[in-house]
Amino acid sequence: MKFEGKAHKFGDNVDTDVIIPARYLNTSDGKELALHCMEDIDPKFAAEVKAGDIIVGGENFGCGSSREHAPLAIKSCGVSCVVAASFARIFYRNSINIGLPIFECRQAASDAKSGDVLRADPTSGIIENLTRGKKYSTAPFPKEIRDIIESGGLMKSVKK
Amino acid sequence: MKTAMTLSQKILAAHAGLDSVSAGQLITAKLDMVLGNDITTPVAVKEFEKAGCDSVFDKSKISIVLDHFTPNKDIKSAQQCKCCRTFAKKFDLDNFFDVGEMGIEHALLPEKGLVGAGDLIIGADSHTCTYGALGAFSTGVGSTDMAYALSTGRTWFKVPPAIKVVLKNRPAENVSGKDVILHLIGITGVDGALYKSLEFVGDGVKYMTMDDRFTICNMAIEAGAKNGIFECDDVALEYLNGRYKGEIRRYAADKDAEYERVIEIDLAALSPVVACPHLPSNVKPASKLSGVDIDQVVIGSCTNGRISDMRAAAQVLKDRKVKRGVRTIIIPATNEVYLQCVKEGLMEIFINAGAVVSTPTCGPCLGGHMGILAENERCVATTNRNFVGRMGHTSSEIYLASPYVAACSAVLGHIGVL
Repeated sequence: MKFEGKAHKFGDNVDTDVIIPARYLNTSDGKELALHCMEDIDPKFAAEVKAGDIIVGGENFGCGSSREHAPLAIKSCGVSCVVAASFARIFYRNSINIGLPIFECRQAASDAKSGDVLRADPTSGIIENLTRGKKYSTAPFPKEIRDIIESGGLMKSVKK
Repeated sequence: MKTAMTLSQKILAAHAGLDSVSAGQLITAKLDMVLGNDITTPVAVKEFEKAGCDSVFDKSKISIVLDHFTPNKDIKSAQQCKCCRTFAKKFDLDNFFDVGEMGIEHALLPEKGLVGAGDLIIGADSHTCTYGALGAFSTGVGSTDMAYALSTGRTWFKVPPAIKVVLKNRPAENVSGKDVILHLIGITGVDGALYKSLEFVGDGVKYMTMDDRFTICNMAIEAGAKNGIFECDDVALEYLNGRYKGEIRRYAADKDAEYERVIEIDLAALSPVVACPHLPSNVKPASKLSGVDIDQVVIGSCTNGRISDMRAAAQVLKDRKVKRGVRTIIIPATNEVYLQCVKEGLMEIFINAGAVVSTPTCGPCLGGHMGILAENERCVATTNRNFVGRMGHTSSEIYLASPYVAACSAVLGHIGVL
């Protein structure tokens, strides 16, 4: 399976407070959280995002709080994957654990502009920018993490 | 020959049942404490139930603290707390803290003796890194990690490399742990310690009180770090004795341990600082910001809501008034701190100064309740994050500072020191 969609580009240090502001954390319902995804950095995002679209971030994407509501809001609003120069570590873990695909690739993140069409392949780790005709490769996940992703999230392995 | 290890790596190796570990290695380790709060626990409970789990690994090694949106600010928050309460009751958890017993989690757990030197702790809250102050390896995770740990008592870690932070000399009066950590974040930036440990050493450590160390480790995450840690010394032992319920395990870094970077901080050269909007790394001297008028001051949080923080604020506010128009909200982090404030007469000082004192809550720090900012308002807060919209309206501004600077600013009506 490959992900293909329009890029929504953000800068460095996109924090979990702008991904999903704490005032909405009185629920953990993905659909409700999705309505407010990225609200404090791009108020139009939740209304404009289409299924399959790709969020592109700079350095330290998802920094700040440990709220799993952040990757959940992103996943629930239809975003297929996130490509960033680097990820904050709790966001990185949370994304793996809940099955939101993420790709760490500095060059792809820096080249992409909002509106570009990107294609990302989680198996090969190849990211393509179809608008600009560029191709990037990312390091594959270590085996232990691939096992979590392939089994469908961390909780799927709890009973093993 | 064993690989030389950092302090953090020693604790991880011990809990993974390995002689040694090295940076980058993926390990599974046994946990001494698993923590959640009223925001993150309901998500964990949902995952726990969805996976069909029917038991917890150890009812004495789980802490659930209802501190974020409590006393409940609305119906949805009340429902979330109810979910936590039901879970705690179902599994007869020893360490469930509801209103009346609760405090802000990262002030409460050390106070109750639930975390100590040598422990391996995860919490579904990013500021779980606070307990490194006691010589523990402690880090924040998400709710699914919490759910997995509730069931298994284990989790996976990527062994972090470390940055050594050498604290030198004695700090001046009114320079606190908050100034040290803000200064450090100013050097590293908000991702300078990404995935890494921050290990604090040096002759200056002995001048850092226990509360200073909690503040320093609390904000390790704001440099991107996985954990912050001090070696357990006499100051930590004095705090742990009579409180900590576990067995104290003192670890030290190997002399030849490798560090990716060494940062030296001359404590004697520091002055009170402020992190300006909208990143904790945007650090400037408090004395240079006198042009910044303010509408609100918040003194509290898991970063600075402990008794020495209250004392520092009271010392400034004694026989003074906060500037008219500056809403000054003081939040002792736990009931024990609250009671101590009463006993020492600090409450009277705060109220006479024109401040209000709240029950323990994380409330305003994350823009939940108890002090939300309107359009274009400015706040000096002793909290830990000043991101866009963190405390309210997206055009509002948060300036992070120590209790001393916050209290001085409340009196002045603008940022500054007296």
